[in-house]
Amino acid sequence: MSDTAAIVAQCEAMFEDLSFTGVRAWKAAVPGRKVVGFMPFYVPRELIHAAGALPFGILGGGDQLEVIHGDAYYQSYICRIPRSTIELAVTGKLDMVDAMLFPSICDVIRNLSGMWKIMFPKVKARYLDVPQNFRADIGGTFYRGELGELRAMLAELTGKPATDDDLRASIRAYNANRRLVREVYAFRAAEPWKAPSSEVYLVMRAGMVLPVETHSKLLADYLAAAKASDRPKRDNSRIIVSGAFCEQPPLNLIKSIELAGCYIVDDDFMLVNRWEQSDVAEQGDPLAALADSYLRDSADTAAKYEPDQARKGRYLVELVKKRGAEGVIFAAPSFCDPALLERPMLQRVLASHDIPYIAFKYAENSGQMQPIREQAGTFADSIKLWS
Amino acid sequence: MSQKPPAADVVKEPSMLKQKEMIEANYERLSGAKAQGRKVASTFVPGNLNELIMCFDLANNLPEINAIQNGMRKKSGMLIMEAEKRGHSEDVCTYVKADLGMMAKGNLGPNGKPLPEPDVLLLSYTGCFTFMKWFELVREQYKCETLMLHVPYEGEGHATKSMRDYVVKQLKEVVIPGLEKVSGVKFDIDRLRQYLRESAKAEDDFVWVLESAKRRPSPIDAYFGGVYYIGPIFTAFRGTPDATEYYRLLRQEIAARIAQGQGPITPEGDFGQEKYRLVVEGPPNWTSFRDFWKMFHDEGAVVVASTYTKVGGLYDLGFRHDPDHPLESLADYCLGCYTNRNLPSRIDLIEKYVRDYEADGLLINSIKSCNSFSAGQLLVLREIERRTGKPAAFIETDLVDPRYFSAANVKNRLESYLQMIEQKRRGASPRAAA
Amino acid sequence: MRCFIGIDLGSTTTKAVLMDENLEILGRGITNSRSNYDTATAVTKQEARIGTRFTLFRKALESQARNGRAAIEAVIGDLERGFRLEQFLGQLEQLHQACARHAEDPRLADKKRAVAATLDEIFRRLRAEAPAMFAKGAARRSDFFRDNAGSRFVQIAEGLAKESGLAYEDLLHVYDKSIIEVESRVPEDDSADKFARGFARMTADGQAAFEPAALKRALDAALAVEIEETYVVGTGYGRVRLPFPKEHIRSEILCHGLGAHMMYPATRTVLDIGGQDTKGIQVDPTGIVENFQMNDRCAAGCGRYLGYIADEMNLGLHELGPMAMQATKVPRINSTCTVFAGAELRDRLALGEKREDILAGLHRAIMLRAMSIISRAGGIRDQFTFTGGVAKNAAAVRELRKLVKENYGEVHINIDPDSIYTGALGAATFARRAVN
Repeated sequence: MSDTAAIVAQCEAMFEDLSFTGVRAWKAAVPGRKVVGFMPFYVPRELIHAAGALPFGILGGGDQLEVIHGDAYYQSYICRIPRSTIELAVTGKLDMVDAMLFPSICDVIRNLSGMWKIMFPKVKARYLDVPQNFRADIGGTFYRGELGELRAMLAELTGKPATDDDLRASIRAYNANRRLVREVYAFRAAEPWKAPSSEVYLVMRAGMVLPVETHSKLLADYLAAAKASDRPKRDNSRIIVSGAFCEQPPLNLIKSIELAGCYIVDDDFMLVNRWEQSDVAEQGDPLAALADSYLRDSADTAAKYEPDQARKGRYLVELVKKRGAEGVIFAAPSFCDPALLERPMLQRVLASHDIPYIAFKYAENSGQMQPIREQAGTFADSIKLWS
Repeated sequence: MSQKPPAADVVKEPSMLKQKEMIEANYERLSGAKAQGRKVASTFVPGNLNELIMCFDLANNLPEINAIQNGMRKKSGMLIMEAEKRGHSEDVCTYVKADLGMMAKGNLGPNGKPLPEPDVLLLSYTGCFTFMKWFELVREQYKCETLMLHVPYEGEGHATKSMRDYVVKQLKEVVIPGLEKVSGVKFDIDRLRQYLRESAKAEDDFVWVLESAKRRPSPIDAYFGGVYYIGPIFTAFRGTPDATEYYRLLRQEIAARIAQGQGPITPEGDFGQEKYRLVVEGPPNWTSFRDFWKMFHDEGAVVVASTYTKVGGLYDLGFRHDPDHPLESLADYCLGCYTNRNLPSRIDLIEKYVRDYEADGLLINSIKSCNSFSAGQLLVLREIERRTGKPAAFIETDLVDPRYFSAANVKNRLESYLQMIEQKRRGASPRAAA
Repeated sequence: MRCFIGIDLGSTTTKAVLMDENLEILGRGITNSRSNYDTATAVTKQEARIGTRFTLFRKALESQARNGRAAIEAVIGDLERGFRLEQFLGQLEQLHQACARHAEDPRLADKKRAVAATLDEIFRRLRAEAPAMFAKGAARRSDFFRDNAGSRFVQIAEGLAKESGLAYEDLLHVYDKSIIEVESRVPEDDSADKFARGFARMTADGQAAFEPAALKRALDAALAVEIEETYVVGTGYGRVRLPFPKEHIRSEILCHGLGAHMMYPATRTVLDIGGQDTKGIQVDPTGIVENFQMNDRCAAGCGRYLGYIADEMNLGLHELGPMAMQATKVPRINSTCTVFAGAELRDRLALGEKREDILAGLHRAIMLRAMSIISRAGGIRDQFTFTGGVAKNAAAVRELRKLVKENYGEVHINIDPDSIYTGALGAATFARRAVN
């Protein structure tokens, strides 16, 4: 068993590697392997896995990438992630990617799917629409059809059509991975001093570039090491971070929140790791199982319609209760339509349940952390005063 | 910033008066709805289902149009600030904020009377992510019935059978039963067919109007004038005899202008000599609409085709509402709106416009509020320049936020662009660009 | 002689270029834009005419073949110092008169005589020290009368106010009113007279290599040429208010592109970073603009960004570049937002980072933005010309060179110290082209 430091260092190296050496190595190991990139917030990775390809989560360029060409495609009032993603691509850092998937998260990522078709014609780019109607016979039927088309596209890409058995095997692999992800989250909520959020973040982030089996092993190792670790418990406030489901905050921002006296006991970074909140059925029609899971038990986020006004924002209140959180930090990327339009509604729901919150904006390359530390620190202190 | 001249200075043709009456009547219908026991639906312009709404005797309220009205009346700035004061980010769509600000400030319509609370929000989710959040926000306040109609995006450049089936099924299983429940009116498909038949008539004349801009000189301005021409057909009038009559009048007037070799009509009177023919991508700015237009006609620049006039349907590519396939044709209509088409299709369309309308180039008015339009426009610009060899230019404004309209900045870019076109035209001669 | 003038009205300075029909630049002028574009235009035109006289004088001397370049430069330099001194004294006289009038202000009624006497003394001293200000090798604060006279007036007035028991504010008040008045007036064109008096001030040093009579003949010949204003073209930001008929106005982008082409005919890409905006311009081999992009509403990447940083650091704008050149490393500064850059700056200073290094990082950040604007306009093509106030900043130039190399490989880069005149040069060329 490794200690947490070694595991985290390994994850941090992957996180900082903007050439994605690991993904390249995976591809080069066996001739004919394909890499399928995807943007936040969710894609059915099981389909990619079953087709023998590597799902590769692309979450922008972070705070170490100088963006020149990517900026040339975007006005100043558009968020950072599409420009840094284009920068990665035009500078050859994504040249091992054979196909790109763009989920229906917002109009910027949606339009990026079309830009990709024009700018990188050799890469198969596809927009993935997920249903906003949650009836099995309407949204479910449509989504199963979308999944079928995606399956066909991937079969064409890899030359290896995924059978239903392949898909069921992939569902099992991802179910196992998601169970571990949930365990890590539950453990962090229970003993946050043993699993700092900056570590959990890096461990989760590794899942964007590693094959699922490897990532599952890493999660298990980390969990065991974290449980065994002996770190001092601090008198921190317990908070949930909400709104960071697409463009990622800099690691420094996550660290700053913790340093300011907050334990992050839940968050919405990289929702794709835990989009399905319970196991996807491992028997029967695998596409129907994925569709059913989407409709019935997927995570709530701003990109998803809530048909029932009475339930709007309830998930956050429930999460606060489940995790024993004392407040919510709304951290949204600047110019993020989904997060910023959603925020006032969530805030009103929290207010009606007397749950305190603060809000700020960031960019993936935000440099100054002083205001974040001040706000989070004041928030942590005020929670302690109120309680 | 120039003030509107007194009404007497503005040239009004019969079609304009007709439209004015129609809009005023609709606002009266809305403000009197509760008193008359009429139920009210709110919905969006792209993919709006006016014919279907009329089948249930519902009054049709369009928040985007309210925001535009407030923008043109210079009220939107104050309303947006009101919404921002209430916790909305300065980063997000100003249509939404102008609407929420208006709701917070007594919800007064342009006629000065309060707009009614909606009984149903028909969330036609077509081509714009923000629509979904917008009506979640409105619903939060009114707690009224909300019907989501999810229209899939044409990511691969075309609608598929699966998409169409999905939309039709939602119409049958969600939208129609929902509207029946709210209105108490039973759905009658023959009534819908009748409205669609009426729509198709107006659509034919509307397309004739748009395509008249292929002439030299163009008898219309397809952007600044165009936003008036799309009024009835994109809003609460499509499918009514009023709309049909409006387009008949309009067609007559334009035919007369063509016969006399006249250019477009502008608020300041007749257009001078046509010097530049432009295609424009993106919505207009509404808070300084007339100043913005004036910058164009002062320079002799006429817009011969625009994409904004396609947000409520691409009739010029042949789509017509079809009484023989009522629900399918509504589905196709929703799927085919401009902002629901993928970026390569949008570029193809603009390229076609530049060629078909013999334009000198493309001007992009990039709107801060509208990522659906704006994200990717700089690639659109490059591609159009590359494919057509015609110069393109980029200006930046907003829909209804007066803080984002800098007249000097816009004028500087526009004039530079037009002079660049002029210079290129003369490029071959030795006394270049005098 | 047919002459063609281009005028570039900027938000802070107004520039003029005067050329002959063979596109040879004869004179240039610059003045502060004031709040009055008409005056600024007239003044800068006058300055360009004065420059033209010097050029003509130089040509006349050059025709006397036996004189070497160094001798000619000595004469020209000598005459110019004399001329500028005369010009300064003339402006000083006008300012004195205006001050005397404003001292009549009823507000100052009870101390009228003391004020007048003090003013007389201030101007006596200003006149007395003027020759030193224009002596050979002397450094002046600025090219503009307002800056040179103003700074000394204020200093002298402060000292004298104490001695004479007057309120310093009263003197300042008189000065402020007077300088505005003087600056909003177009000075009469008496340059021939000033040339004559400047000539009389010439030293033995300058005349050494020439016969006095020959010099006089050359000057008379230069002054005798009629400078005909054949065609004037104006440009500048906010051209709505330019004091020219519409057909005499050209877009600043087009002027800039053509001006860069005139300076470096092989230019294909131009980057201009001014105070208010950043422009990326592509021109064809004849100087015609093919494409352009400007910064959007966001001011990051403009000269203003550096101005803001200078204010934050309590430094002069011109001190930033040299300080950044002392950096030992270039940290990554991510805030392209002007407002956030200040916060990031303070954050980093608080963390103990070196000021020089942070400044180098900021210079890189501004050039990164500029590179994006060029990329938006289609990238950099050989040759590449960099103009505008920021082109004088060595640290900015250093980062630009690095970035160009990293992104576009070996590209010939032109940087002209007189690039402030690029727009006016383009405008003058347009003026020339407008006339057959």
